[in-house]
Amino acid sequence: MKDGVSIELQDVWIRFGDFVAVREANVHIDGGSFFSFLGPSGCGKTTILRSVSGFLDPSEGKILIGGKDMAGIGPNKRPTALIFQNLALFPLMKVWENITFSLEVQGVGKAARRKRADELLDMIALTGQGDKLPSELSGGQKQRVAIARALCAEPDVLLLDEPLSALDLKLRQHMRTELRQIQKRVGITFIYITHDQGEALTMSDSIAVMRHGIIDQISDGEAIYDDPATPFVASFVGENNVFRGKVKSIDNGMAVVATNRTGDLRCRIGTAALGNLQTGDDAMVFIRPEALSIAADATDAGNHIKALVINEEFEGLAYHVFLEGDAGKEIKMSITNQGKARETSMNKELVLEFNPEQAIVLPFGELASE
Amino acid sequence: MKSNSPLIKIFLGLYLVIFFGYLLGPLVIMSITGFNSNGFPRVAPWECLTFEWFEVLSNDKRIINGITNSFIVGIGTVILSVVMGLAGSLVLIQIWPKLRSTYYTIVIAPILIPGVVLGISTLVFWDRINVMLGFSSDSFLHNGIFQTILGQSTFIASYCMLVFVARLQRFDTGLTEAALDLGATNAQAFRKILLPFLRPAIASAAVLAFLASFENYNTTTFTFGKFPTLTIELAQKVRYGINPSISVLAFIIVALTIIGALSFEIYQRRKQLALANGAPVGSVSGNFQLPKFMRGNPASIVLLLVALGGFSSIWFANVYSPDACKVEVREQKRLIQQEQIEAIKQQQLLRQQEEAQQGPDIFSPDNSLVPKTDSEPATQGGGSFGNVFAPQNLDEAGPESDAKEDAGGSEASTTNSGNSTFGNVFDPSNLDQ
Repeated sequence: MKDGVSIELQDVWIRFGDFVAVREANVHIDGGSFFSFLGPSGCGKTTILRSVSGFLDPSEGKILIGGKDMAGIGPNKRPTALIFQNLALFPLMKVWENITFSLEVQGVGKAARRKRADELLDMIALTGQGDKLPSELSGGQKQRVAIARALCAEPDVLLLDEPLSALDLKLRQHMRTELRQIQKRVGITFIYITHDQGEALTMSDSIAVMRHGIIDQISDGEAIYDDPATPFVASFVGENNVFRGKVKSIDNGMAVVATNRTGDLRCRIGTAALGNLQTGDDAMVFIRPEALSIAADATDAGNHIKALVINEEFEGLAYHVFLEGDAGKEIKMSITNQGKARETSMNKELVLEFNPEQAIVLPFGELASE
Repeated sequence: MKSNSPLIKIFLGLYLVIFFGYLLGPLVIMSITGFNSNGFPRVAPWECLTFEWFEVLSNDKRIINGITNSFIVGIGTVILSVVMGLAGSLVLIQIWPKLRSTYYTIVIAPILIPGVVLGISTLVFWDRINVMLGFSSDSFLHNGIFQTILGQSTFIASYCMLVFVARLQRFDTGLTEAALDLGATNAQAFRKILLPFLRPAIASAAVLAFLASFENYNTTTFTFGKFPTLTIELAQKVRYGINPSISVLAFIIVALTIIGALSFEIYQRRKQLALANGAPVGSVSGNFQLPKFMRGNPASIVLLLVALGGFSSIWFANVYSPDACKVEVREQKRLIQQEQIEAIKQQQLLRQQEEAQQGPDIFSPDNSLVPKTDSEPATQGGGSFGNVFAPQNLDEAGPESDAKEDAGGSEASTTNSGNSTFGNVFDPSNLDQ
């Protein structure tokens, strides 16, 4: 087991002509951690990865791996190994030759390479499959071969570019756990690129959420989910009911927002917005579907939202109830399936409530487009 | 789409016959002429089955020399064209998109330029270079093989480039990046990743280049210098008169091509079949296994028949001697000639008799003959074109009765001397000599 190597992006800008792919990225990645870049396609996360692996140079700023400036060092000289989105297994080489390619280019003899390949094949549970061609393997097996090939180079940093996107759901979930286990076993730094928030949340120690080349937030998964820094993060990670309005009053980290269609809502101010949200500002309130519940007492002083049930979906784990509030406001509520009889039914008028701590107020901003 | 109408079937069959006849007929005819003992390549009249032209061919130093030169030039062109084509295609794939179409036009231009122009420009260009460098006129820059290889490669490299581009477009540049990422140098990534991927394209480009070089005439004709290739030799031979040994050469080339194409096809089919049946890759790409290859493969049987035919014809050639047949044919010819001579004599006799009876007639061939006084020059002039164009023919004097005797004689001499127009090469009677 190796000690992980830290990675530092200092004021990194990457431009392609007039187009800015990455804007002033400052990231510190702890050695030995599992770090994810999360964002929609085209947000610049792959560009960051390619600049870390050395396929392109940042237009401005520095990239340090293990405290060493990587400027001018080619991809074949960096202590990184990249797992490509399409895996890029060499189609004409057998599996074991693929895995030990990094040794072959160093001039390691065939017997030693074969031995190392067999070790790695054991590790990825493909014992005895070394003489096959990549085309003869299934998707998940190819995936593991690609990981073994990258690990064979004994990199300090493993970069993964949406490696699971081509797999089906079951396999993807399986590979998530497997990747996490491999990372814990080898102990090197993993940088993972994904547009799938589920992958990012389940595997990562830290997540950077990106939008149009800008890093909106870097935190652990819980903070990203529970305390998003921007409306974009709030709407991109998980689902959220969004209520637009104006801040009516602020006291002690809590704000009352006069929403356009749903009346006054009292909620917590997001940590990132603390101090820069003033009374009278345009604001957005984010309430997770699972934070909503049917009010026990519709007459007390808490937050109440009146809505009509217009649709229901059953997803096994939970019921998703789609409601229509005042002035046609669409609201989604999720109720955990506890085997009890539901209180909802079509066209029933409900009063919903939520804990003010679980609703976030943020300054008005861009949402993630669906 | 299948039609059951018999009329359509007949038309389709007819069309196919015409199509393949047009395509393959000349090859078949030419191959057959190689086995006829007739001194000029022809199928009819069929004289004797013979293999003598193989021997004539193998003793023809110029043809053998031409083949050797063609091979040297071919191999040189293959090496140069494949390398240049590969380099050109790599540039085309990686060049800035704005420049791509311009670059493409430039590198593809040699295909569109007539071969003669390329030949002349190669000749002139290297001559200039030679002069500029101050070399003597027998330097390697003036060497026929050197110039031919360069001249042919100018356009054959473009063909190769097209083959490579087609393959490169399917190349995932991610593979090269993966190799670099795993620590390979650029050279290693090229050698271990890109070249193996391009191997099939290299093979087809090499075959294409060799064939294009081997059959090239119009560029080579300016550049060959002292090293005529096969096509040049053949062209020169045609000018000086040919014999069926050329057909034999054609037959050998055709046979080799068919055998090569068939065995490649068989190999491919076998591979596909095995892959479709889910056989492991090793057993497919591995060694040539005869028993399996014979099984259920009609093409293999054809190949076997061709091979058997080849062997048996060699055996037949050793056993069968066309000499007896030739003697017979010669005898027949001699008889025919004698008959012809007899017939001519008869005709002359008849004519003389008729003339004696009818008297002069302006339109009879005898009137082309001249009055007695001029009869001697006429006889001499008859040597070239049977006196048809003799100036004397124009002034028709009233024929005199005693001129007829001479006229008859000169007529006979025209008949004979008319044959001498081509130096009596085709005189059947010469065969007896």
